[in-house]
Amino acid sequence: MDKFTKITGIAAPMPLVNIDTDMIIPKQFLKTIKRSGLGVNLFDEMRYNSDGSERADFVLNQPAYRESQIIVAGDNFGCGSSREHAPWALLDFGIRAVISTSFADIFYNNCFKNGILPIVLPKEAVEVLMDDARKGANARMTIDLESQTVTSSDGQVFAFEVDGFKKHCLLNGLDDIGLTMEKAASIDSFEKRLSAERPWV
Amino acid sequence: MSPKTLYDKIWDAHLAHEAEDGTCLLYIDRHLVHEVTSPQAFEGLRMTGRKVRAPEKTIAVPDHNVPTTLDRANAATMTEDSRIQVEALDKNAKDFGIHYYPVSDVRQGIVHIVGPEQGWTLPGMTVVCGDSHTATHGAFGALAHGIGTSEVEHVLATQTLIQRKGKNMKVEITGSLRPGVTAKDITLSVIGATGTAGGTGYVIEYFGQAIRELSMEGRMTVCNMAIEGGARAGLIAPDEKTYAYCMGRPHAPKGAQWEAARAWWETLYSDADAHWDKVVTIRAEDIAPVVTWGTSPEDVLPITGSVPSPQDFTGGKVEAAQRSLDYMGLSAGQKLTDIQIDTVFIGSCTTGRIEDLRAAAAILKGKKIKDGMRAMVVPGSGLVRAQAEEEGLAQIFIDAGFEWRLAGCSMCLAMNPDQLSPGERCAATSNRNFEGRQGRGGRTHLLSPAMAAAAAITGHLTDVREMM
Ligand code: SF4
Repeated sequence: MDKFTKITGIAAPMPLVNIDTDMIIPKQFLKTIKRSGLGVNLFDEMRYNSDGSERADFVLNQPAYRESQIIVAGDNFGCGSSREHAPWALLDFGIRAVISTSFADIFYNNCFKNGILPIVLPKEAVEVLMDDARKGANARMTIDLESQTVTSSDGQVFAFEVDGFKKHCLLNGLDDIGLTMEKAASIDSFEKRLSAERPWV
Repeated sequence: MSPKTLYDKIWDAHLAHEAEDGTCLLYIDRHLVHEVTSPQAFEGLRMTGRKVRAPEKTIAVPDHNVPTTLDRANAATMTEDSRIQVEALDKNAKDFGIHYYPVSDVRQGIVHIVGPEQGWTLPGMTVVCGDSHTATHGAFGALAHGIGTSEVEHVLATQTLIQRKGKNMKVEITGSLRPGVTAKDITLSVIGATGTAGGTGYVIEYFGQAIRELSMEGRMTVCNMAIEGGARAGLIAPDEKTYAYCMGRPHAPKGAQWEAARAWWETLYSDADAHWDKVVTIRAEDIAPVVTWGTSPEDVLPITGSVPSPQDFTGGKVEAAQRSLDYMGLSAGQKLTDIQIDTVFIGSCTTGRIEDLRAAAAILKGKKIKDGMRAMVVPGSGLVRAQAEEEGLAQIFIDAGFEWRLAGCSMCLAMNPDQLSPGERCAATSNRNFEGRQGRGGRTHLLSPAMAAAAAITGHLTDVREMM
């Protein structure tokens, strides 16, 4: 997994609420057995016409936002299915962080496993950053995970919360399976207890 | 000891490790696997030389992609990429030695229907699956989480999940449901009341007389959609109905082990003075048969209502509602019962069980679907299908003009050939009405199986109570 320390980049404004995982990556692209290559189909149905041509009105198709690394989104981003194809598609496009007032749980977790930082901020802060994102390619936001801050293009700083363990893994690009395997002794002894106490499991 | 909720009790009984910062390793009793969200996880195991830690607790079944037409044994009914995914699951199940129900097995079906049916899901267990509707298993008083593919790989390798404890939310449905109102109406009404993010960060436990009065099938319908309310999981404490459902299932304990299990299960309830972080109460008498009008499951209204105006909402929802209406081809003020339907889909892990088929068949008996209507029933498993045939339900559907399909997810997410065309309007008993969910440009109205049957007969959204 790629580390996430600090990025400065263009942020795309997507004020719509309840952007669900079916919008992020429609199911016809879930038939892959790989993790890569989904970026071209990110937001497929909003991004392309049925003949495959680009829709000029979609934010990521506009010249200013084609290189976006950040999305500033409406409430409840990533609701819906557990498909990790959603963060895979975001990452493959180049998105490294999403800012919203709230995220669906599974999507939120899935982001951290893939080097994407989901940032929860209060409504007022998201509104300021949404306006900042609307300024286009000249407005670059900075996200610093170490100091847990987002800085708008005009220098306003917003602090965000993030779970300590998740932060540690993201800063260092750690694989959490490896970390868990170091605790094998605890799992072994739990399994012993389980087979004594609840043998039917 | 301080009072605990059911969630607290199951959590405590599965804590394999707790770090100082509160990050926990939760032991997983059952891991359900399907073809869409698992290939990359198995690939990860192969790349790192890891094994499945507890193959005897891991169960796989292909469901999302598989064709549901009667000729599905013919490989040509599947697209190339679907076939590759199903074959990958065949191979992974074999290579890693996990329990497997292939497409050709009568027990094959939607993973969340197969788990309980085969007795894999039992009270007090932790259950995970790379699918958000894993919440279904909460109906047994099991803590059931939907997980992503990286977590699938994590559970395969370690039989644990890294978690932080969620908060406790109590949803109580007091009193009894009125005739014509079902579990599906309860669960949609709860989401309508709380919103799709209302449960975020919470595990919901459902209480109340109306919940107790539901069958296990109905309880599974309620818990299934907990995720649509944003909750991590939904729970219903086990009772006599739960034990009766589990008893004698192929993988349920027997004899002395059954007795021991049951003794433990009887301790699985929330203590009277347990702490709740959030409480929602709804009177069962106030719940009407409901339908969705928009493209979020929170867009719920009683069938007697009218399409709302975006101006009825505030904040970002104004734009979202306008977008929904445009997508759905509806205008504000239109009566819901005036909405004409092209297609009816009865199935999915929400409502693909025997009781759902009985409810729909009771309305359809001796009647015909509207001319030109496309209607299909997709049983949730091969065994549900067989039982429905035995009970004569299949014949009722066929006589009414429905297609009688083989088991799978089918038009719930339209990954197989069962899809809507652009603009096609569907009354669906599944769980998501998102844009494009049932096919690009397809328009979905969520409702109960009985309501779906009523719409099939009249050709428009219909109050089933008028047909009873
Ligand atoms: S029936 Fe629908 S919701 Fe259920 S597992 Fe299949 S695709 Fe998911």
